[in-house]
Amino acid sequence: MTDERVQLGHGSGGRLTHELIERLFLRHLDSPLLAPLGDAALLDAGPTRLALTTDSFVVSPLFFAGGDIGSLAVNGTVNDLAVSGALPRWLSLGLILEEGLPMETLERVVRSVARAAEVAGVQVVTGDTKVVERGKGDGLFINTAGVGLLRPGYPEGARAAGPGDALLVSGPLGDHGAVILAARSGVELSGPLVSDCAPVIDLVDGLFEAGVTPLFMRDPTRGGLAGVACDLAEQLRRGLVLDEAQIPLGPDVATLCDLLGTDPLQLACEGRVVALVGADEADRALAAWRGRPAGAGARRIGVLDDRRPGQVVLNTRFGGQRRVVRPAAELLPRIC
Amino acid sequence: MCLAFPMKLVQVEGPTGQVLEGGIRREVRLDLIEPEPRVGQYVLIHAGYAIQVLDEQEAQETLELIRQAYPELDEGADG
Amino acid sequence: MGEPSLLARYRDPALLARLVGRLATLEPGRELSFMHVCGTHENAIAKNGLRGLLPPWLRVIAGPGCPVCVCPPADIDLAVQLALDHGAILATYGDMVHVPGRVSLAEARARGGDVRVVYGVADAVRVAGENPDRPTVLLAVGFETTACTTAAALEADPPPSFSMLLSHRLIPPALRALLAMEEIRTDGFLLPGHVLTVTGSRPYEPIAEESGLPMVVAGFEPVDILLGLLRLVEQALGEPRARGRVGNSYPRAVRREGNRRAVAAMERVFEPADARWRGLGSIPASGLRLRETYRGRDALERFAVDPDPDLPESLPGCLCAQVMVGLKEPEECGLFGAGCGPDTPRGPCMVSFEGTCRNRYLYQEQR
Repeated sequence: MTDERVQLGHGSGGRLTHELIERLFLRHLDSPLLAPLGDAALLDAGPTRLALTTDSFVVSPLFFAGGDIGSLAVNGTVNDLAVSGALPRWLSLGLILEEGLPMETLERVVRSVARAAEVAGVQVVTGDTKVVERGKGDGLFINTAGVGLLRPGYPEGARAAGPGDALLVSGPLGDHGAVILAARSGVELSGPLVSDCAPVIDLVDGLFEAGVTPLFMRDPTRGGLAGVACDLAEQLRRGLVLDEAQIPLGPDVATLCDLLGTDPLQLACEGRVVALVGADEADRALAAWRGRPAGAGARRIGVLDDRRPGQVVLNTRFGGQRRVVRPAAELLPRIC
Repeated sequence: MCLAFPMKLVQVEGPTGQVLEGGIRREVRLDLIEPEPRVGQYVLIHAGYAIQVLDEQEAQETLELIRQAYPELDEGADG
Repeated sequence: MGEPSLLARYRDPALLARLVGRLATLEPGRELSFMHVCGTHENAIAKNGLRGLLPPWLRVIAGPGCPVCVCPPADIDLAVQLALDHGAILATYGDMVHVPGRVSLAEARARGGDVRVVYGVADAVRVAGENPDRPTVLLAVGFETTACTTAAALEADPPPSFSMLLSHRLIPPALRALLAMEEIRTDGFLLPGHVLTVTGSRPYEPIAEESGLPMVVAGFEPVDILLGLLRLVEQALGEPRARGRVGNSYPRAVRREGNRRAVAAMERVFEPADARWRGLGSIPASGLRLRETYRGRDALERFAVDPDPDLPESLPGCLCAQVMVGLKEPEECGLFGAGCGPDTPRGPCMVSFEGTCRNRYLYQEQR
């Protein structure tokens, strides 16, 4: 499959599609639940409640420092399940391919999907492939849907959030967003900065194992910390105060933001957890995270309060205050 | 409208150069820099062009001025 | 000097606190207000919450320092036209993408226009090189800081398919216009550090002398801004003869003569021209036009299009014109937060990253 390219026929459901499934997908994705190739995968969840999520991935460039659209598609969906308190189990994999995409590229992505699924302990159990005409797609789009098993007693067991509850983050913010922004702005990464794309299952497990019940939990993907903070304040109808000096940022992420005029709070993460926990549980939660490699940079960054409900305020590192609002639609490079 | 950022010049090739800060590296145009740019200088970058060489000595002098003009600011400070 | 410490000193919270403390010990006995004319200053002040740290007698007013805000809607319209009706690749800085003309460049893109966001003029020239069979036009906004890069790009002989819609503006004529406006009361000006990095402080000396007002050029880190304000206050309270000169609180980048090579490039490529400032009207010699040799690079000539003089500059009820010169606060505009917000901007002050209304809305500095 060296010089081969994706053809429209690969998406038509006929022989070419069948060959593609046998030769490429089944070769890398070896779940016994996938092998029957039925219209749906038949799953046994027992008496447990389920969580279902879906996400589409249209990232450009397809391959970037620390990951690619394949690992992103797995971890993005796995993490949505994890921060919802569910143990991720099964994924669907829907592909929209552009005619002319080199088969080698497709194979590279599928291998990455397989590897990420293995690391995350999930199986790809069903899928679909469509092909669009040249020029009608950005090379490759992926949709993954994921099913997970909810932990007993969660989230109902969590009490209502209130003033004094602490906002924690599991590590430095914006690594993934910075890598993509750099790639799209002609900035070269010559240092250690890579996307933080990774499953957060272990970080979430760590909280529960330490006896911590998260009151609100998210992975800060598109929209970054700013998006999650605004969601939290609005949904809980409380005020949230963030401490800028405590917000962890890698030095290269900070430099890139200075150079391009970007707000680091708006950059996406793909391997971090933001959690609101009771004040009395915060130290335990941080210890649980910091005891794990993925959580080495965990910090307490904010607190819920009673003033200005629904609003997020940032105490700047200079002693001033200003609001944090929902991010703009796109991140644009500025001269001003 | 003055978003400009200082970075160190690490490579010069005619009218273009490379600047570096930590692990962030970028190409930059040097058409506007005077005198001739030298590797190791800090330049101020705006919209992909270096618009000034930053004067390290001047920077030091500013901090010295702060100390002289406002001596009480020096308490416990190392600049 | 190590790498991070170049900026770290000017971002040192402890040093800033001491400067703030120093300001607080001064007792002018009256209110002092200073105006800056740089959107980047406003953005830096707002996002760091600096206004809340100043003593109650000190007010910092945001003047018309946002080249995006003052770009006439007619220029945006022309850019849209060139993209939609003339098949041009329209290169623009990110700041301009959502600014409304009749429609914005983002909407033009949604309607099929080939609008490309670039980080600098060199990127736009590269796009032209990659697309020799189609015209590439750059909507060239910005003050002197950006105008010199435009000049450099033209002198480097870009591909024939490259042209520009010029919308550069100059600060000194705007300053004179502000000084001539009787309604504006200010005790001095905080001058834009990067504009003066290019032009030097020399062009501002006659203005300082004629007005007798304190003028200090400052950089953009919090310590830089506080140093500039401190110096302005001292000049305002000090001997009158100490004024009339331009104080330099940004000597690491600003010299009296500026960057002569950049200035020379601008003088070879451009000549001053009267220009409209959105919300302020026409200010003599405040814009730039291409000199004869480069006239062929003017998109207006190439495409034989003209700006529409009758395009209304603002929606009814929009107070951007007064907000931009500090005569009104954003909160005094009936549209602020009531229909006009960053996602649904009604005027340029809300959509530009450096717009006074946008910064007030987004950051809502808490006093």
